[in-house]
Amino acid sequence: MIEAILQFVRQPWPWYVAGPIIALVYLTLLYFGKSFGISASLRAMCSAFGAGRRIKFFDFNWKGQIWNFMFVIGAIIGGFIASTWLSLDAPMQLSAATQDNLAKYNLFSWKNDIAPTEFLNWSALTTVKGWIIMVGGGFLIGFGSRYSGGCTSGHAISGLSNLQLPSLLAVIGFFIGGLIMTWFILPHLLMP
Amino acid sequence: MKYLKFVLVGILFGIMFVKAEIISWFRIYEMFRFESFHMYGVIGSACVFGILFTFWVKKSKLRDMYGNDIIFQDKIKTWPRYILGGIIFGLGWAMTGACPGPMFTLLGAGFPIFGVVIISAVIGTWAYGAIRDKIPH
Repeated sequence: MIEAILQFVRQPWPWYVAGPIIALVYLTLLYFGKSFGISASLRAMCSAFGAGRRIKFFDFNWKGQIWNFMFVIGAIIGGFIASTWLSLDAPMQLSAATQDNLAKYNLFSWKNDIAPTEFLNWSALTTVKGWIIMVGGGFLIGFGSRYSGGCTSGHAISGLSNLQLPSLLAVIGFFIGGLIMTWFILPHLLMP
Repeated sequence: MKYLKFVLVGILFGIMFVKAEIISWFRIYEMFRFESFHMYGVIGSACVFGILFTFWVKKSKLRDMYGNDIIFQDKIKTWPRYILGGIIFGLGWAMTGACPGPMFTLLGAGFPIFGVVIISAVIGTWAYGAIRDKIPH
Protein backbone atom coordinates (compact mmCIF):
# COMPACT_ATOMS: atom_id res chain seq x y z
CA MET A 1 0.00 0.00 0.00
CA ILE A 2 2.66 2.50 1.08
CA GLU A 3 4.83 1.33 -1.80
CA ALA A 4 1.96 1.98 -4.22
CA ILE A 5 1.56 5.54 -2.92
CA LEU A 6 5.31 6.12 -3.15
CA GLN A 7 5.34 4.87 -6.73
CA PHE A 8 2.57 7.33 -7.55
CA VAL A 9 4.35 10.25 -5.86
CA ARG A 10 7.66 9.39 -7.54
CA GLN A 11 6.38 10.23 -11.02
CA PRO A 12 7.16 13.77 -12.19
CA TRP A 13 4.42 16.12 -10.97
CA PRO A 14 2.51 17.95 -13.72
CA TRP A 15 2.04 21.71 -13.68
CA TYR A 16 -1.60 21.44 -12.60
CA VAL A 17 -0.44 19.80 -9.37
CA ALA A 18 2.50 22.14 -8.69
CA GLY A 19 0.69 25.45 -9.36
CA PRO A 20 -2.19 24.80 -6.92
CA ILE A 21 0.31 23.61 -4.24
CA ILE A 22 2.19 26.91 -4.59
CA ALA A 23 -1.10 28.79 -4.14
CA LEU A 24 -1.92 26.60 -1.10
CA VAL A 25 1.46 27.43 0.45
CA TYR A 26 0.68 31.12 -0.11
CA LEU A 27 -2.74 30.70 1.55
CA THR A 28 -1.31 28.68 4.47
CA LEU A 29 1.31 31.36 5.17
CA LEU A 30 -1.46 34.02 5.13
CA TYR A 31 -3.29 31.92 7.71
CA PHE A 32 -0.08 31.78 9.77
CA GLY A 33 -0.08 35.60 9.63
CA LYS A 34 2.85 35.89 7.22
CA SER A 35 3.28 37.04 3.65
CA PHE A 36 4.97 34.75 1.16
CA GLY A 37 8.27 36.17 -0.12
CA ILE A 38 11.46 34.16 0.01
CA SER A 39 13.96 36.85 -1.00
CA ALA A 40 13.04 38.81 2.15
CA SER A 41 15.03 36.13 3.99
CA LEU A 42 18.19 37.27 2.14
CA ARG A 43 17.74 40.81 3.47
CA ALA A 44 17.16 39.40 6.96
CA MET A 45 20.38 37.37 6.66
CA CYS A 46 22.32 40.57 5.90
CA SER A 47 20.75 42.14 8.96
CA ALA A 48 21.48 39.10 11.14
CA PHE A 49 25.13 39.30 10.05
CA GLY A 50 25.24 42.86 11.38
CA ALA A 51 24.91 44.84 8.12
CA GLY A 52 22.47 47.14 9.91
CA ARG A 53 25.28 48.80 11.87
CA ARG A 54 26.46 50.66 8.79
CA ILE A 55 23.56 50.45 6.34
CA LYS A 56 20.18 51.76 7.40
CA PHE A 57 18.34 49.44 4.98
CA PHE A 58 19.43 46.48 7.11
CA ASP A 59 18.70 48.16 10.43
CA PHE A 60 15.39 46.45 11.20
CA ASN A 61 14.10 43.69 13.42
CA TRP A 62 15.31 40.68 11.42
CA LYS A 63 13.97 38.37 14.12
CA GLY A 64 10.55 38.98 12.58
CA GLN A 65 11.85 36.93 9.63
CA ILE A 66 12.97 33.89 11.62
CA TRP A 67 9.86 32.12 10.33
CA ASN A 68 11.21 32.70 6.79
CA PHE A 69 14.56 31.11 7.75
CA MET A 70 12.58 28.12 9.03
CA PHE A 71 10.62 27.96 5.78
CA VAL A 72 13.88 28.01 3.81
CA ILE A 73 15.36 25.26 6.01
CA GLY A 74 12.20 23.26 5.23
CA ALA A 75 12.74 23.86 1.50
CA ILE A 76 16.29 22.47 1.85
CA ILE A 77 15.02 19.39 3.73
CA GLY A 78 12.26 18.94 1.14
CA GLY A 79 14.90 18.96 -1.61
CA PHE A 80 16.81 16.25 0.25
CA ILE A 81 13.71 14.10 0.83
CA ALA A 82 12.52 14.34 -2.76
CA SER A 83 15.90 13.62 -4.33
CA THR A 84 16.76 10.81 -1.90
CA TRP A 85 13.51 8.88 -1.58
CA LEU A 86 11.05 10.20 -4.14
CA SER A 87 13.06 10.14 -7.34
CA LEU A 88 12.90 7.87 -10.34
CA ASP A 89 15.98 7.13 -12.41
CA ALA A 90 14.44 8.53 -15.56
CA PRO A 91 15.59 11.44 -17.71
CA MET A 92 13.62 14.69 -17.61
CA GLN A 93 10.86 15.01 -20.20
CA LEU A 94 12.29 18.09 -21.85
CA SER A 95 10.79 19.15 -25.18
CA ALA A 96 12.54 17.82 -28.27
CA ALA A 97 13.38 21.37 -29.38
CA THR A 98 15.18 22.09 -26.11
CA GLN A 99 17.04 18.77 -26.25
CA ASP A 100 18.28 19.59 -29.75
CA ASN A 101 19.37 23.05 -28.70
CA LEU A 102 21.22 21.75 -25.62
CA ALA A 103 23.05 19.21 -27.79
CA LYS A 104 24.59 22.12 -29.70
CA TYR A 105 26.35 23.12 -26.49
CA ASN A 106 27.23 19.53 -25.55
CA LEU A 107 24.83 19.65 -22.63
CA PHE A 108 23.44 16.21 -21.85
CA SER A 109 23.32 16.12 -18.05
CA TRP A 110 19.51 16.47 -18.12
CA LYS A 111 19.49 12.73 -18.79
CA ASN A 112 20.78 12.06 -15.27
CA ASP A 113 20.52 15.27 -13.28
CA ILE A 114 18.03 18.02 -12.61
CA ALA A 115 20.81 20.66 -12.76
CA PRO A 116 23.32 21.22 -15.60
CA THR A 117 26.36 19.69 -13.91
CA GLU A 118 28.54 20.45 -16.96
CA PHE A 119 28.89 24.09 -15.96
CA LEU A 120 27.43 24.23 -12.45
CA ASN A 121 30.14 22.46 -10.49
CA TRP A 122 33.13 23.18 -8.26
CA SER A 123 35.81 22.90 -10.94
CA ALA A 124 33.92 25.43 -13.09
CA LEU A 125 34.71 27.93 -10.33
CA THR A 126 38.27 27.99 -11.66
CA THR A 127 37.01 29.46 -14.96
CA VAL A 128 35.85 32.97 -15.82
CA LYS A 129 32.59 31.66 -17.29
CA GLY A 130 31.91 29.65 -14.14
CA TRP A 131 32.39 32.75 -11.99
CA ILE A 132 30.14 34.82 -14.23
CA ILE A 133 27.35 32.22 -14.07
CA MET A 134 27.47 31.19 -10.41
CA VAL A 135 28.88 34.22 -8.58
CA GLY A 136 27.60 36.84 -11.04
CA GLY A 137 24.23 35.12 -11.40
CA GLY A 138 23.73 34.87 -7.66
CA PHE A 139 24.70 38.51 -7.21
CA LEU A 140 22.16 39.64 -9.84
CA ILE A 141 19.42 37.57 -8.16
CA GLY A 142 20.11 39.12 -4.76
CA PHE A 143 20.54 42.67 -6.06
CA GLY A 144 17.59 42.51 -8.46
CA SER A 145 15.11 40.95 -6.07
CA ARG A 146 15.73 43.59 -3.42
CA TYR A 147 15.76 46.44 -5.98
CA SER A 148 12.40 45.31 -7.39
CA GLY A 149 11.12 44.55 -3.89
CA GLY A 150 10.52 40.82 -4.34
CA CYS A 151 11.30 37.68 -6.28
CA THR A 152 9.14 35.13 -8.03
CA SER A 153 7.25 34.31 -4.81
CA GLY A 154 6.76 37.89 -3.60
CA HIS A 155 5.82 39.41 -6.97
CA ALA A 156 4.64 36.65 -9.31
CA ILE A 157 2.63 34.83 -6.63
CA SER A 158 1.79 37.16 -3.71
CA GLY A 159 1.71 40.37 -5.76
CA LEU A 160 -0.17 39.09 -8.83
CA SER A 161 -2.64 37.22 -6.58
CA ASN A 162 -3.50 40.58 -5.04
CA LEU A 163 -3.70 42.18 -8.52
CA GLN A 164 -0.83 44.57 -7.87
CA LEU A 165 0.21 46.51 -10.97
CA PRO A 166 3.77 47.05 -9.63
CA SER A 167 4.16 43.27 -9.36
CA LEU A 168 3.05 42.87 -12.96
CA LEU A 169 5.75 45.38 -13.95
CA ALA A 170 8.30 43.38 -11.94
CA VAL A 171 7.26 40.11 -13.60
CA ILE A 172 7.52 41.78 -17.03
CA GLY A 173 11.02 42.87 -15.96
CA PHE A 174 11.86 39.28 -14.89
CA PHE A 175 10.93 38.14 -18.39
CA ILE A 176 12.80 40.90 -20.22
CA GLY A 177 15.94 40.01 -18.24
CA GLY A 178 15.41 36.27 -18.68
CA LEU A 179 14.88 36.59 -22.45
CA ILE A 180 17.97 38.79 -22.89
CA MET A 181 20.05 36.27 -20.93
CA THR A 182 18.67 33.17 -22.67
CA TRP A 183 18.75 34.46 -26.25
CA PHE A 184 21.72 36.83 -26.32
CA ILE A 185 24.12 36.14 -23.45
CA LEU A 186 23.88 32.44 -22.51
CA PRO A 187 24.74 31.28 -26.07
CA HIS A 188 28.18 32.88 -25.57
CA LEU A 189 28.62 31.55 -22.05
CA LEU A 190 27.54 28.00 -22.94
CA MET A 191 29.68 27.62 -26.05
CA PRO A 192 32.40 25.16 -24.99
CA MET B 1 7.39 24.63 18.38
CA LYS B 2 5.83 27.76 16.95
CA TYR B 3 8.32 27.56 14.10
CA LEU B 4 7.82 23.87 13.29
CA LYS B 5 4.82 24.57 11.06
CA PHE B 6 6.95 26.77 8.81
CA VAL B 7 9.53 24.00 8.45
CA LEU B 8 6.75 21.56 7.50
CA VAL B 9 5.25 23.89 4.87
CA GLY B 10 8.78 24.49 3.58
CA ILE B 11 9.33 20.74 3.25
CA LEU B 12 6.17 20.35 1.15
CA PHE B 13 7.31 23.32 -0.93
CA GLY B 14 10.78 21.83 -1.46
CA ILE B 15 9.42 18.41 -2.45
CA MET B 16 7.04 20.04 -4.95
CA PHE B 17 9.93 22.11 -6.36
CA VAL B 18 11.92 18.95 -7.09
CA LYS B 19 9.08 16.76 -8.31
CA ALA B 20 7.70 19.39 -10.69
CA GLU B 21 11.30 20.17 -11.80
CA ILE B 22 10.87 23.88 -11.00
CA ILE B 23 14.41 23.91 -9.56
CA SER B 24 15.82 22.76 -12.89
CA TRP B 25 17.97 25.13 -14.94
CA PHE B 26 16.77 23.11 -17.97
CA ARG B 27 13.11 23.92 -17.30
CA ILE B 28 13.85 27.64 -16.91
CA TYR B 29 15.90 27.60 -20.12
CA GLU B 30 13.06 25.79 -21.91
CA MET B 31 10.56 28.35 -20.58
CA PHE B 32 12.53 31.35 -21.83
CA ARG B 33 12.89 29.63 -25.21
CA PHE B 34 9.09 29.13 -25.32
CA GLU B 35 9.56 25.43 -26.01
CA SER B 36 7.28 24.01 -23.32
CA PHE B 37 4.10 24.97 -21.54
CA HIS B 38 5.19 23.40 -18.24
CA MET B 39 6.54 26.44 -16.36
CA TYR B 40 3.80 28.72 -17.73
CA GLY B 41 1.27 26.20 -16.45
CA VAL B 42 2.91 26.17 -13.01
CA ILE B 43 3.09 29.96 -12.62
CA GLY B 44 -0.24 30.56 -14.37
CA SER B 45 -2.24 28.07 -12.31
CA ALA B 46 -0.53 29.27 -9.09
CA CYS B 47 -1.69 32.81 -9.95
CA VAL B 48 -5.24 31.78 -10.84
CA PHE B 49 -5.63 29.89 -7.56
CA GLY B 50 -3.81 32.67 -5.70
CA ILE B 51 -6.26 35.27 -7.07
CA LEU B 52 -9.23 33.07 -6.09
CA PHE B 53 -7.83 32.49 -2.58
CA THR B 54 -7.12 36.21 -2.11
CA PHE B 55 -10.62 37.10 -3.25
CA TRP B 56 -12.07 34.52 -0.85
CA VAL B 57 -9.94 35.73 2.10
CA LYS B 58 -11.04 39.35 1.48
CA LYS B 59 -14.68 38.51 0.83
CA SER B 60 -15.13 36.32 3.90
CA LYS B 61 -12.95 38.64 6.04
CA LEU B 62 -10.95 35.61 7.06
CA ARG B 63 -8.67 36.05 10.06
CA ASP B 64 -5.32 34.42 10.63
CA MET B 65 -4.76 31.70 13.24
CA TYR B 66 -4.14 34.33 15.93
CA GLY B 67 -7.44 36.08 15.22
CA ASN B 68 -5.85 39.07 13.51
CA ASP B 69 -7.14 40.57 10.27
CA ILE B 70 -5.23 39.41 7.20
CA ILE B 71 -3.82 42.59 5.69
CA PHE B 72 -2.75 42.90 2.06
CA GLN B 73 -0.28 45.71 1.63
CA ASP B 74 -0.44 47.62 -1.62
CA LYS B 75 2.90 47.99 -3.38
CA ILE B 76 4.14 51.55 -3.85
CA LYS B 77 3.02 52.87 -7.24
CA THR B 78 6.14 53.72 -9.20
CA TRP B 79 7.87 51.99 -12.08
CA PRO B 80 11.69 52.27 -12.35
CA ARG B 81 12.49 49.94 -9.47
CA TYR B 82 10.12 47.24 -10.67
CA ILE B 83 11.27 47.26 -14.30
CA LEU B 84 15.01 47.78 -13.66
CA GLY B 85 15.16 45.53 -10.60
CA GLY B 86 13.05 42.97 -12.42
CA ILE B 87 15.40 42.91 -15.42
CA ILE B 88 18.44 42.47 -13.17
CA PHE B 89 16.68 39.64 -11.32
CA GLY B 90 15.61 38.00 -14.59
CA LEU B 91 19.20 38.02 -15.91
CA GLY B 92 20.34 36.14 -12.81
CA TRP B 93 17.35 33.80 -12.83
CA ALA B 94 17.98 32.67 -16.42
CA MET B 95 21.74 32.38 -15.83
CA THR B 96 21.66 30.15 -12.74
CA GLY B 97 18.25 28.61 -13.48
CA ALA B 98 17.23 29.28 -9.89
CA CYS B 99 15.26 31.94 -8.09
CA PRO B 100 15.65 32.35 -4.31
CA GLY B 101 13.44 29.36 -3.30
CA PRO B 102 14.99 26.81 -5.69
CA MET B 103 18.54 27.92 -4.73
CA PHE B 104 17.95 26.49 -1.29
CA THR B 105 16.11 23.38 -2.46
CA LEU B 106 18.96 22.58 -4.87
CA LEU B 107 21.34 22.73 -1.91
CA GLY B 108 19.35 19.96 -0.22
CA ALA B 109 18.82 18.03 -3.45
CA GLY B 110 22.50 17.15 -3.69
CA PHE B 111 24.00 20.26 -5.31
CA PRO B 112 26.11 21.96 -2.61
CA ILE B 113 27.58 24.17 -5.36
CA PHE B 114 24.44 26.29 -5.01
CA GLY B 115 25.87 27.44 -1.69
CA VAL B 116 28.08 29.68 -3.87
CA VAL B 117 24.99 31.09 -5.60
CA ILE B 118 23.28 31.71 -2.24
CA ILE B 119 26.29 33.50 -0.74
CA SER B 120 26.55 35.62 -3.90
CA ALA B 121 22.84 36.45 -3.63
CA VAL B 122 23.31 37.59 -0.02
CA ILE B 123 26.23 39.78 -1.18
CA GLY B 124 24.05 41.13 -4.01
CA THR B 125 21.32 41.98 -1.52
CA TRP B 126 23.90 43.72 0.68
CA ALA B 127 25.23 45.67 -2.33
CA TYR B 128 21.72 46.89 -3.12
CA GLY B 129 21.29 48.08 0.47
CA ALA B 130 24.62 49.90 0.24
CA ILE B 131 23.79 51.91 -2.90
CA ARG B 132 20.00 52.12 -2.81
CA ASP B 133 20.01 55.90 -2.19
CA LYS B 134 21.95 56.43 -5.41
CA ILE B 135 19.79 54.51 -7.88
CA PRO B 136 16.35 55.44 -9.30
CA HIS B 137 13.28 53.97 -7.69
